[in-house]
Amino acid sequence: MNLEFAALALILVFPAAGVLFNLFLGPRLGRGAVNLVGPGVMFLCFAVATWAFVTLMRLPAGSALFCPLWRWLEAGSFHVELGLKVDALSGVMVMVVSGVGAFIHLYSVGYMAHDDDYARYFSYLNLFALSMLILVLADNLVMMFVGWEGVGLCSYLLIGFWYANPQFAYNGRKAFIVNRIGDAGFLLGIFTLLSALAHHGVWSLNFADLQKHAGLIGSGAATATGLLLFMGATGKSAQIPLYVWLPDAMVGPTPVSALIHAATMVTAGVYMVARLNFLYMLAPDAMAVVATIGALTAFFAGTIAIVQPDIKRVLAYSTVSQLGYMFLGVGSGAFSAGIFHLMTHAFFKGLLFLCAGSVIHALEGEQDMNKMGALRTRLPVTFWSMLIATLAICAVPGFSGYFSKDSILEGAYESGHFWLWLLGAITAGITCFYMFRLLFMTFFGESRVEPGKLHHLHESPAIMTIPLVVLAFFATIGGWVELPVGLLWGDAFTRFLAPVVGDFKPAVVASPAMLSALATGLSGIGILLAYVCYLRLPGVPQLVAARFKGLYQLLLEKYRIDELYDLLVTRPLFFISDQILNKGIDQLVIDGTANRAGLAVESSGEAVRRVEDGNVQHYAFVYLLGVIGIVAYYVYLVMH
Amino acid sequence: MVQLSWLMALSAAIFAIGVAGFLIRRNILVMFMSIELMLNAVNLAFISLGSRLGTMDGQTIVFFVMTVAAAEAAVGLAIIISIFRNRETVHADDLTLLRW
Amino acid sequence: MPLVLFWFLATLSVVSALGVVVQRNPVHSLLALVLTLVSLAALFIGQGAVVVGFLQVIVYAGAIMVLFLFVIWLLNLPVETRSTGRLVVKFLGTIAVAALLAEIETFSMPGQLQLKFSATHPAGYGSIEALSQTLFSQYLIAFEVTSVLLLVAVVGAVALARRSTMVEVQERAEQLASREKAA
Repeated sequence: MNLEFAALALILVFPAAGVLFNLFLGPRLGRGAVNLVGPGVMFLCFAVATWAFVTLMRLPAGSALFCPLWRWLEAGSFHVELGLKVDALSGVMVMVVSGVGAFIHLYSVGYMAHDDDYARYFSYLNLFALSMLILVLADNLVMMFVGWEGVGLCSYLLIGFWYANPQFAYNGRKAFIVNRIGDAGFLLGIFTLLSALAHHGVWSLNFADLQKHAGLIGSGAATATGLLLFMGATGKSAQIPLYVWLPDAMVGPTPVSALIHAATMVTAGVYMVARLNFLYMLAPDAMAVVATIGALTAFFAGTIAIVQPDIKRVLAYSTVSQLGYMFLGVGSGAFSAGIFHLMTHAFFKGLLFLCAGSVIHALEGEQDMNKMGALRTRLPVTFWSMLIATLAICAVPGFSGYFSKDSILEGAYESGHFWLWLLGAITAGITCFYMFRLLFMTFFGESRVEPGKLHHLHESPAIMTIPLVVLAFFATIGGWVELPVGLLWGDAFTRFLAPVVGDFKPAVVASPAMLSALATGLSGIGILLAYVCYLRLPGVPQLVAARFKGLYQLLLEKYRIDELYDLLVTRPLFFISDQILNKGIDQLVIDGTANRAGLAVESSGEAVRRVEDGNVQHYAFVYLLGVIGIVAYYVYLVMH
Repeated sequence: MVQLSWLMALSAAIFAIGVAGFLIRRNILVMFMSIELMLNAVNLAFISLGSRLGTMDGQTIVFFVMTVAAAEAAVGLAIIISIFRNRETVHADDLTLLRW
Repeated sequence: MPLVLFWFLATLSVVSALGVVVQRNPVHSLLALVLTLVSLAALFIGQGAVVVGFLQVIVYAGAIMVLFLFVIWLLNLPVETRSTGRLVVKFLGTIAVAALLAEIETFSMPGQLQLKFSATHPAGYGSIEALSQTLFSQYLIAFEVTSVLLLVAVVGAVALARRSTMVEVQERAEQLASREKAA
């Protein structure tokens, strides 16, 4: 049943108010006010979201809360009414976004304590929250796209937050432009969908209407739409081929990395696919593409992560890899598994980034793991939180990541994608390797910290450690909403989402226990390997790197994909733009035509003026010629 | 019997001579005289045609043409005198001030 | 009129017209023009336009040509010695004139001018009564306008041709002097 719930609008109003306050009054009222309002509006927003979610839980399965806003666009038969909707899917999303978001806002207060630009920071962060919530709460595809664009904008603003550094500003631009390429695909997908439906007289892009009339969409149009929309998702959620902006986005403040590039924005693509599950179910080819790209990206990014020295870069590639898992899940038809992993990932990846931020903050900006080590005694809270998060991401049984990653691999296997499952399982091992590598290099072993930074090294203030503890708590128990069938409340999460995303129908029967054991086994090997390489025999990594020098270089330079794109796309584009369009067409043709038109008039005038030479007889001669012409005409008339 | 076509041919011939004179001669006064020639050739045409038609219109028109020619000659010569006073020349090639 | 007379007058007028155009001395050109006018006047009278013919001699040849002559003497024009313009112009001009002549002659070709004419003229044709009849009835307005035109011509001629008075000469001298000082 659908219940009207006007308070949903408050979920958007609070962050919006935060934006306005921080932008206009923030600089004047000072740091204290901003530190109160910035996180404050987010907590208020989270409170309303919780209230809405609790209300939803009390309603029968398949219900939704809605809040219509106003009619926005109208063009002939086409119309877009804005409205908010909280059903099982968007309910989960809004809780994650506002909850994790609120705590990251709190953390930012401590992290940005020494930065003078705090007002701008919190206004951007609130704006991001607003856009993400618009995306998640939207009840139609167009409004979702508004949010989609909004988060892209905020990502740009926040990545290039310290814009005084040209490289940071460049990275922000790179993120925005790569996103834009994906967005073009997204828009084309919307157009394709609309034109397919308009054929049958349906002009609405409301999700409810789309689901109702899904049968009218032919499989060709569905596949095209699915692929085009997924192109947008590869940009926003950093999959192959448009993932290149995410590692470079790490130049932004670490809380930004945590919120935007781990927990929320990058998950927008997964949410979109889950939201449009009925569309994707009509296009098995598109889903196969989604799953394949997801698995490939997961493996690909994992291999890069194992050699990176920068702590945030490892986490960035880890994010790309985990997003690949989510797409593998939704692409296999296990939509709830993908969303489940989205939720647990928000917890542990957000936590990982915040802990990394804590380390960086303690080391006054040092991000190179080669200059860390033996920090676990100096930063205890950070260490234990990071350990829990690492255990979660490595799918160690009992922690949240275990349940979510297993559901995805189970879904992949049971939908028939054996090779993708295998790739995912291997990647699980790789994930464990690089995550424990990170843990060991940062917190264990010999201290490689620069002497000058040693005495300043202390644990972060409470305002930063409280969010760590909260997220660690959820990283631990967050997976317990979905237990193996038969155990306690069983697959409660899947059942909760089923009315919205449909049921998963396995094509291949398998034993979940077997699959789980296999995957866990591979993970165990990964952990063991990392233990050996980085704790027991510290010289091994260098030996291996020296032995496989070429491969090592390739991985370190992230397969030189950025250079490839530069060669294939950027340089030709610039060439066309400068040589052909600018010099060729603009200067030569357009300017040339205008200039030559003027010159033609000028030179013809120059030539013609010589006729008027002041000599009366010349004038009379010309006159005579005219007379001859006229008389000739009369002669002609008379003759005939 | 004098044919009309002969008279018209004569008129055309004198007109053509007048045009030629205007184009070729450089002395302004002679150019002016060529204009008078042209006018007279036209007068002849008018008279001949009027005579053949038997009406007085031709002669009346010639009357007017002569009057206008007189007025024009007066003013034109006054201009020539004025030019001569300023420029000391009546050669057409020297009087090309109104050029580009 | 007798054919012989016509041919004589026609030849005379053409030859003297050529003389106008060809002569170097402007006075000789003028005299040739007078001869042309007189022969044309004879032709007029031969056609029956007696008044107009006489008027031609009296007004045109008598007054206007004398005016020309006075101007030539006043300006004391010498015999022309300079060349008469560029060859190109002369050449092209001659061709153009020949073309014009040819065109107009087409109208004179036999068979073209099919005019119904009366063999005889009405009584009093070409007399002063007949002229006045048309002049003051049909062409009255033109007549009046022409008289205004004559007035304007007189005023204009006087204004154009007079010498500046002493006062004007002095003013002009002062103007020139002040302009020189400013420069």
